[in-house]
Amino acid sequence: MAGVGSACLVVGLLTAVYAAAISIYGAVAGNRAAVVSGRRAMYCVAGLALTATVILQAAFLRSDFSYKLVAEGSSTDTPGFYKFTAMWATQDGSLLLWAVLMSLFASAVLYTTRRSLRDIAPWATAVLASIAGFFLLLMVGWENPFETLAVVPAEGVGLNPLLRHPAMMIHPPMLYTGYVGFAVPFAFAIGALIVRQTGADWIRATRRFALIAWTFLGAGIMLGALWSYSELGWGGYWAWDPVENASLMPWLIGTAFIHSIMVQEKRGMLKVWNVSLIVATFALSLMGTFLVRSGILDSIHAFGASTVGRQLLILIGIVLIGSTALIVSRLDDLRSKAKLDTLLSREAFFLANNLVLVALCVVVFWGTFFPLISEALSGEEASVGPPWFNRVTTPLALVLVALAAIGPVVPWRRAGRALLLRSFRLPLTVAAVTLVALLAFTDAADSTLSLVMFVLISLVLSVVFQELWRGTRARQTIAKVAWPRALGQLIGRNRRRYGGYVVHSGIALLFLGVAASSAFQIQRDVRLSPGESFEVGGYEITYDRATAEIGRDAAGTGAPITLGAVLTARRDGEEQVLHPSRNFYPSRSGAAGPIGRFFEGEATSEVAVRWGLRRDLWAAVRPDIADLEPAIREADSRFADSGQDVQAVVVAALVERYRNNSPPANFRAIESPLVSWIWIGGMIVVLGALIAVWPAPETRLRRVTSIYAAKLGKELSRV
Amino acid sequence: MDPRRKRKLRLFVALGAAVLLAGTLIYTSFSASTQAKEPSDLLTASEPGRSYELTGKVVKDSIDKDGERLTFRIRDRDGRESLPVTYAGVVPDPFREGREVIVSGQLQAGTFVAERDSLITKCPSKFTKDEQSA
Repeated sequence: MAGVGSACLVVGLLTAVYAAAISIYGAVAGNRAAVVSGRRAMYCVAGLALTATVILQAAFLRSDFSYKLVAEGSSTDTPGFYKFTAMWATQDGSLLLWAVLMSLFASAVLYTTRRSLRDIAPWATAVLASIAGFFLLLMVGWENPFETLAVVPAEGVGLNPLLRHPAMMIHPPMLYTGYVGFAVPFAFAIGALIVRQTGADWIRATRRFALIAWTFLGAGIMLGALWSYSELGWGGYWAWDPVENASLMPWLIGTAFIHSIMVQEKRGMLKVWNVSLIVATFALSLMGTFLVRSGILDSIHAFGASTVGRQLLILIGIVLIGSTALIVSRLDDLRSKAKLDTLLSREAFFLANNLVLVALCVVVFWGTFFPLISEALSGEEASVGPPWFNRVTTPLALVLVALAAIGPVVPWRRAGRALLLRSFRLPLTVAAVTLVALLAFTDAADSTLSLVMFVLISLVLSVVFQELWRGTRARQTIAKVAWPRALGQLIGRNRRRYGGYVVHSGIALLFLGVAASSAFQIQRDVRLSPGESFEVGGYEITYDRATAEIGRDAAGTGAPITLGAVLTARRDGEEQVLHPSRNFYPSRSGAAGPIGRFFEGEATSEVAVRWGLRRDLWAAVRPDIADLEPAIREADSRFADSGQDVQAVVVAALVERYRNNSPPANFRAIESPLVSWIWIGGMIVVLGALIAVWPAPETRLRRVTSIYAAKLGKELSRV
Repeated sequence: MDPRRKRKLRLFVALGAAVLLAGTLIYTSFSASTQAKEPSDLLTASEPGRSYELTGKVVKDSIDKDGERLTFRIRDRDGRESLPVTYAGVVPDPFREGREVIVSGQLQAGTFVAERDSLITKCPSKFTKDEQSA
């Protein structure tokens, strides 16, 4: 089957080359049949990539270790769900995931635009086929996921235990869907530039894809943060690590793009800006893939030296240079139809929001690449840490939230002062009340920046609420229905606008969680014996006893040994029991002894979190097995030649001894206020984006009415 | 105001803001940065009292735990020179002999005294090749 998989990739590559060539021929020669053939060839590429993926997945599921990739990334004791997802934990597998998602997305957009955009679509097909072809080429030439082993090992290495977390396994496909999704508007922008049709048609055709890509990328970033919070035993959700930044940058520019295209649709302005933004978004998406793979920056995610870093860099170079040349040669066609009338208009606020988002991206880019920049300038490699990122991005984030509060109620073109005053009377009152309440009842004044953020968030939320309320009232009067129905109709008829408002409120809640948890979280690291207690924030936590289990890992990651602790947390007379633990995976290196290898391999924290709307209590344990070490060493020499079942009994006895002795252990506990709102806000963002993406029945209706109108016009002219 | 002058003024204000931002960025990043050094760099030249980021691999059989206090040696990525490190705080999950780590602190009397909780271990790549050789 591996041969069939490889063949799929080779044929897919050839088909992609054919699709690109025939589409360009069709566009230049005006040959419709060639264009149709190019589009169908792209469907074939998707089919071939999908077949290859199914073959590889089947190999993972049945643990066929004759595949090099399966032997290195999976094992028979890897749980089924993780076998399924192990494909994209490997470099070759993730390239295949890129290719298959990319060609599926391309096919979907080419199918939906098959009857429109006759001039742009062939060029877009060529661009999309080239990108898909590039990734197929990487696999055919350098990283074949179907490489087989001459000697088939009896057992695979297994999936890295740190990655055995549900969020981590859905996170890569989501990020990749985001990355490849941005290829679609990019390809159509290039097509539009080539044929000099720089109106809003390409935007209308691909806007939905841009929004879907943005949603997936955002959700992927959120899942990565959630994984960091609940699996890595440090208790944070964002570390400004290069790999995290690499996914944030295209998302920031993508956010700017989905805002500024509205200006082009409504007013025919910012055309150069929009094509530049989408080029930057796509280039940054490739950069994200490259950074993860290249190892040029020190990151906690070092993925080992990759063989395809240089090729990716070449592709980024081609994308940037080619697009810039194309934009410059089309500057005449990209001139705006309208000018910015006044700074007090919707378009000016969109522009300001864009500038802040781009500035944020520049800051993140600078910090991420600072080691390279500093080495080039001063010859010494230096880096900036999270404090620098926090300090520089916080003011920009505050401005961004302020713009999100004001922008939505400022009308297009020009806003009257009286109208603005009327629109802001209620939100400003709410913000003022929030400020007073925060000062009177909480310690929020301890952190000025957080206080400002809280007030701005109340402004955003009250603006959104006011807009919904006013719209619902109006609908109630017009349609004479009860308010829930009126609200439903309001959102249903204006999905894009109200979906956007929902996204804004979600982002506001997300910022609420970030601001509160970063300014007011309390963290303690302690070493305790059973019976001892410590305080963190408002909690008093007691280490009751040690736990030790064999083959009963609660998280289902397949760990043979789980050592943990039972903690009791008391607050205001209420008791909560927490069970943090640590999974031990057997070491596979020969250095450790037959018994010792069970304790000296990888170990991962299984964090205990009490989720709450007001605050989270987070606890992790690091069991100290120093007491067991003499016994382990003795067992290593005594049972070296015993059978596996005897060794298993010995391991069980050692684990039992840990439970009975309950030696001191190290703990980290965190009280983090409002941190759950990050995840709740994220879910609301996704919900809002879904509302905005969902096709409105109205567009179909409008198309029908316009046909009727045309008929009526014809008849009237005859009279 | 005449619209053309107004537009020019806006452009200047925008450019001014951009220059200001760029200046802040460059200034703050250079003043807040810490230099990454390998043991051999610190052994040949290091200013006392200055903070460095030490990177390298954890030397085999050098890890010693005494309660919360952890001591180990870091050696150059491709070399033999090494430095002893003392560290307290949270040890990341993937910390092991032979792994690449980053730790910040100061050199005091031949020992690198690390700041609390500053130890970062590189994720053992998703590609397990290194792991087996380590």
